[in-house]
Amino acid sequence: MSIGTESLPMIALEFKSSTLTVPVLLLANNDLVTIDQQLQNKVAQAPEFFKNSPLLIDFQKLTAQNLLITVSEVIDIVRQHGFMPIGIRGGSEQQNAEALVMNFPVHNLLAQKTEQTEKKIEKTLPTPEVENSLTQSQSIENKLITHPVRSGQRVYAKGDLIVTATVSAGAEIMAEGNIHVYGSLRGRALAGVLGNENSRIFCSDLQAELISIAGTYQLRDDLSAYAPHKPVQISLENQKLIIKDI
Amino acid sequence: MARIIVVTSGKGGVGKTTTSAAIAMGLAKRGHKTAVIDFDVGLRNLDLIMGCERRVVYDLVNVINNEATLNQALIKDKRCDQLFILPASQTRDKDALTTEGVGKVLEELSKDFKYIVCDSPAGIERGATLAMYFADDAFVVTNPEVSSVRDSDRMLGILSSKSRRAEKGEEPIKEYLLLSRYSPDRVKLGEMLSVEDVQEILSLHLLGVIPESKSVLNASNSGTPVILDEQSDAGQAYTDIVARYLGENKPHRFIDEEKKGLFSKLFGR
Repeated sequence: MSIGTESLPMIALEFKSSTLTVPVLLLANNDLVTIDQQLQNKVAQAPEFFKNSPLLIDFQKLTAQNLLITVSEVIDIVRQHGFMPIGIRGGSEQQNAEALVMNFPVHNLLAQKTEQTEKKIEKTLPTPEVENSLTQSQSIENKLITHPVRSGQRVYAKGDLIVTATVSAGAEIMAEGNIHVYGSLRGRALAGVLGNENSRIFCSDLQAELISIAGTYQLRDDLSAYAPHKPVQISLENQKLIIKDI
Repeated sequence: MARIIVVTSGKGGVGKTTTSAAIAMGLAKRGHKTAVIDFDVGLRNLDLIMGCERRVVYDLVNVINNEATLNQALIKDKRCDQLFILPASQTRDKDALTTEGVGKVLEELSKDFKYIVCDSPAGIERGATLAMYFADDAFVVTNPEVSSVRDSDRMLGILSSKSRRAEKGEEPIKEYLLLSRYSPDRVKLGEMLSVEDVQEILSLHLLGVIPESKSVLNASNSGTPVILDEQSDAGQAYTDIVARYLGENKPHRFIDEEKKGLFSKLFGR
């Protein structure tokens, strides 16, 4: 009984959610010697700024190109230059496993996105050399198109693609992520072009010439059963496109 | 500074030259000094529609190649002293046109003229892209049938991406829809796309509908822009279009009201 009464006034710890801005090292090449040299050049430009700086190592570009790199070697290199690596993200399954064996944190790319919207309020540190995790990657990933996509035009988004106007017949819209079309979709729409089978297509009026998710496609003739002027979502399940009303 | 208008469509035979001649004459008759340029090098037609084919000495290519001055090449219209025609060369092809050359001609004309109407050739090749490259406004002439509508859609895509305004990141070209050879009877029978159908596909401001009319062929054959035939429905349609275009700089609702007025006037609805 005495334990209970005594412990109440002195709480030893508390869990809280917090967001912080951390420089991200986005690797585009798996050659360790080149990485070492270029990192040295960057640090030489602002040695005090980088000293003991926390650093998140991002492998997503390498993973996209299937380039292999050993996590422990990268960590060694960045530590030699005075950084304090706090984790990796965007790595392959093998790289994630390797990091976890070393008790090294693995961050989720998707979780990062939701954090970014919160971080927007915070002022970012001026980090011209090392790519910063918020403002830049957000504008690269998603694309918003407010004007009609005309016949013969092609639009490509590295993340999600949102079109608030019509996509004409003969136009082609492609995204590595999801596609949203809030006008009539009459052209071709290809979501998950790099193979993301979880990506989807959302549209308010399906009259497309072709729809595709991660390479699985259907033509206009196969879509004739679906009435136009009705909002639908298209997803990929067991290598088949599933069209559902929203 | 002059306002440069391109009359374009992608598809051939929809009424670009007829429209260019009518619009230019309409603007000039309202007292604006207007030049109309034929960009269809090798397939010169505008001079015939304007009825000045016998007065052509120098042409656009001569001016670009510095073989003639602009004043030597411009033909003054006999019916309206505010209208000048710059014909195309019939003996050359479109490769004779250069971006710098066309830019220089338009710049020189801009000093003197209020409106410059560029009559684009069909297609999306050199002549057509150069005709629209420097434009401020685009009149997209479309017939109510699917191939013409798709070609116009393609042209609109090029207008929004390959013009000088697009390349310099300036305010985009203002695009207007002119639906020509429209026949309400055939729309009713389901043989022709309706105004609503075309507008839904192109999502574009409708500047006017020009009905299918015998007066257009008569006017072309006699070398008189159809807008001068005040009795004809097509002539009246073009007069309305010019009026709407000039009022367009003010409120947008004027178009919609006028559009309804035109419908009931022309189609007796």
